[in-house]
Amino acid sequence: MTELFGVFLLTFMVITAVAIVHTRHLLVAVILTGIFSLLMAANFFLLDAADVALTEAAIGAGISTVLFLAALALCNEHERAYTSSRLLALSVVTVVTLIVIYATFDKPRFGDPQAPVHQHVAPWYFDTTREAIDVPNVVTAVLASFRGYDTLGEVFVVLTAGIGVLFLFGVRPTRKSEMPNTTAPEPGQGLRHYLIPRVVGRLLIPFILLFGLYVQFHGDYGPGGGFQAGAIIAAAFILNALLEGESQALQVMPQKLLTGLMAGGALLYGGVGVVTLFMGGNFLDYSVLAADPVSGQHWGILLIEAGVGITVTGVLISIYHAFASREKH
Amino acid sequence: MELLGLFHYWVFAVLLMIGFYAVTAKSNLIKKLIGLSIFQAAVFLLYITMGKVEGGTAPILQAGIDNAILSNPLPQVLILTAIVVGISTTALGLGIIVRIKEEYGSIEERDIQEIDRR
Repeated sequence: MTELFGVFLLTFMVITAVAIVHTRHLLVAVILTGIFSLLMAANFFLLDAADVALTEAAIGAGISTVLFLAALALCNEHERAYTSSRLLALSVVTVVTLIVIYATFDKPRFGDPQAPVHQHVAPWYFDTTREAIDVPNVVTAVLASFRGYDTLGEVFVVLTAGIGVLFLFGVRPTRKSEMPNTTAPEPGQGLRHYLIPRVVGRLLIPFILLFGLYVQFHGDYGPGGGFQAGAIIAAAFILNALLEGESQALQVMPQKLLTGLMAGGALLYGGVGVVTLFMGGNFLDYSVLAADPVSGQHWGILLIEAGVGITVTGVLISIYHAFASREKH
Repeated sequence: MELLGLFHYWVFAVLLMIGFYAVTAKSNLIKKLIGLSIFQAAVFLLYITMGKVEGGTAPILQAGIDNAILSNPLPQVLILTAIVVGISTTALGLGIIVRIKEEYGSIEERDIQEIDRR
């Protein structure tokens, strides 16, 4: 039954993808992308990747759609019918698809426990997680502790992308004197005058924030962690900005604070690494953080996940504001 | 049953190439970026599919159960971070597109090349 549902989801994903590429209306394409991500998230869940499904649902179906819509508002919604080298592209695509499909016949059977992927290091990670780290969620253990260097690098990639967007749009922290007068009517006041979105949105925001914090701090025990929590918390603030308008949202969370969050999270992550160096361990070796190595690992994972969450929240909200506060030229 | 198992990989191949088609054949920059995210999603699907173990469950250890079948956590860790990095780079791409629109007045690759040639 689950397998049939998986096939159903995959088929729908292909149909959605074809529709996305086919439509000339970009707004339709963006909304379909949101649906595509949601189908993808459900499929990830069927494939036992609860953490990935949570991330894809929050980021792919939520924040990505909002960012594309914000960018579309600044560009044209219609794609012009240019047809160049379409036949060439189609033939290349068909040939490569057939080659890749031919190659799949050599792949190990789907879900085969004897497949090479499951043979080399995977059992070692399970065993060592049980002994040395002792957090139930192996994904979190690998992400935050074993592969801490990778995650540090990825946090800095996210930070760099955020800085890049802010530079592209020349966003500066708003000073007190420059704050627009909120009592005067202005165009970007969101959905404040629409009753149903406002009531439902205001009701939802505290629960989204609470869920974000739960995902952040329960990440050791269940699916969750800094990346997912950051996206969920950012989604709550972006919903607030959509409902209340830009200026109101920037008063709740000024750009200065957001920039601080972006840098502060990455700094917290790197700082944990430096502290472990000074306490006599290797860089990002959390075992030295407490008298007992296992509880040291717990502390380290908690701190760096907090750093990841703070940076991701700051970057995503900043990127949203950078797009939303820009006027159409 | 054998074919059903390969179905995931076929969908990966098809999605990959749908994304690639949008990147190469479409002239609209936003469409290209959407194509790139479909391409990316196809790669995510391949990784997660490979990590699945038959009859397994999410890789979360439970106290007292030592012989549970758990799926492979490593591809999941890779893809989890890749999704977040993916949205950040997509946002950067969208930022560049918006700036291009402001400078050239168009987001069609054709128009931009024509303006550059002048």
